Amino acid sequence: MSAETAISVTGLAKSYKNLKVLDKIDFTVPKGSIFALLGPNGAGKTTTIKILTTLLKPDQGTAAIYGYDVVRQPSRVRELISLAGQDAAIDHILTGRENLQLIGSLRHLPNANAEVDALLERFDLADAADRRVATYSGGMGRKLDLAMSLLGNPRVMFLDEPTSGLDPQSRLTTWQIIKDLAASDITVFLTTQHLEEADQLANHIAILKEGGIVAEGTPADLKKLLPHGHIELGFTESRHLRAAADLLSRYKSHVDDPSLTLTIVTDGSIKQMTDILKRLEDAGVSVATFAQKLPTLEDVFLSYTGRGKQGENGHEN
Amino acid sequence: MRTSIRNSLSDTMVMMERRLRHSFRSVDTIITVVAMPVVLMLMFVYVFGGAMNTGTGHYINYIVPGIILMTISSGVAYTALGVNTDITSGFFDRFRSMPIAESSILTGHVLTSVVFSAVSSFIVFVVALAMGFRTGAGIVGGLSIIGIFLLYTIATTWLAVMFGLLAKTAEGAGIFAYPLIFLPFVSSGFAPTKTMPGPLRVFAENQPVTHIINAVRALLAGQPVGNSAWIAIAWCLVLLVAAYLTSMYIYKNKTT
Repeated sequence: MSAETAISVTGLAKSYKNLKVLDKIDFTVPKGSIFALLGPNGAGKTTTIKILTTLLKPDQGTAAIYGYDVVRQPSRVRELISLAGQDAAIDHILTGRENLQLIGSLRHLPNANAEVDALLERFDLADAADRRVATYSGGMGRKLDLAMSLLGNPRVMFLDEPTSGLDPQSRLTTWQIIKDLAASDITVFLTTQHLEEADQLANHIAILKEGGIVAEGTPADLKKLLPHGHIELGFTESRHLRAAADLLSRYKSHVDDPSLTLTIVTDGSIKQMTDILKRLEDAGVSVATFAQKLPTLEDVFLSYTGRGKQGENGHEN
Repeated sequence: MRTSIRNSLSDTMVMMERRLRHSFRSVDTIITVVAMPVVLMLMFVYVFGGAMNTGTGHYINYIVPGIILMTISSGVAYTALGVNTDITSGFFDRFRSMPIAESSILTGHVLTSVVFSAVSSFIVFVVALAMGFRTGAGIVGGLSIIGIFLLYTIATTWLAVMFGLLAKTAEGAGIFAYPLIFLPFVSSGFAPTKTMPGPLRVFAENQPVTHIINAVRALLAGQPVGNSAWIAIAWCLVLLVAAYLTSMYIYKNKTT
């Protein structure tokens, strides 16, 4: 492995009883980059993070952080990493400052107080520092969680769905924080269910489906895999939307109930386009709007994870 | 090696400090833990006490050992809650992915429980004194009593840790404490066992709490303790070793 590699994973496999959660995955993450593991619920994202952060032992394969094996040299690995799990692991009875001091003491930092003050400033939490965390908003809690993970200058940060449950404004703030991390030479490994998030943040994306990596590359690479994008149909009534989804069930599609739109992944051929329109026309389904969209990661995601088929339409969160 | 021992001590102290803040910052916790035994004590002494004939003088002197055991038992329930909350909130994962002494996580909980039990028992003890409780125990007797209660606290705290690790929810984590809290009722805690009907009497006379209470009661009165002290200590040690080993096993294999 190269000296520039932060995380290397080879043939990693993990099962719980008979359920294969990870089926021999491989990837490497260069130092100072942002790597996103993208996938729906239950794809194995959290299991991967738990193995990489020494919390869980793999059944097969190896994983190393800066060349240190996560199973054989866990204390070396723990010196280098930090974890911000899926739920912000913050202590609600303590104040924000006490939460940070707790981590500072456990990391035996010589200048813990100065570092704590600096982080409180940087994350815009100085005013709330001496209030109990129970009074914090979700966004503030997440910021505190990230600040706690940053204390002690880790080289690799693991963020498990860092924006889940955040309002749009807090999400943008969190995104900016994550971008700044990579700019300061920290390697970031994050998981997400949202393509937009991976697209916005990551230099490199791996799509995980049922324990296997089905596609991998830069956001641009992944978009190239599907050159033709999708079409978007708008409806005025949800029964039309449903009817259209049924008629077009042979295509990979995604139903969005609130906006009454149906997104269909196509290969861009006239043949498919004609087929789609003809089916709708023959059934007399009235379509309010029609638009052809350029490829987005959503298309890659849909085409590889096979979501959006009948019965699953519109139910992903 | 020396730094690692020092770090592990320091990590344990940090964990304990955090838990102590939890215990004493939420005033309702200590009030809840102290209130129940105090109310029971008031009720037993002033409502039923007049009718009780235990043949040992003032009734309050008779019930203090059982009341203190109940105080300890209801206090350790909060350890189960604390351990469980640390798991569900992701704190265990955060701590275990950090370069810290792993033992400090659970040890911090256990030491806090000991301090918390000591404080709440002391408050109950002071109320008992105010109600007329008197003891003839000397220094050695007093230290022996503290030792027995300490052993009981540590043993039941590890039991609490075990339930905290196993429970799916925080509500479920504390349930184990109820039988523990009520064991003194079916012991020599409030009424002599010889007044109880057959099977109940057999249970009451042989269950560990009776031995603890009899030993403490004898020490408080400055009388010879006989075998009960050793039987009490043996019960606590067996529980301690079993609960500790089980907890460590669950903890090591826990994947959250």
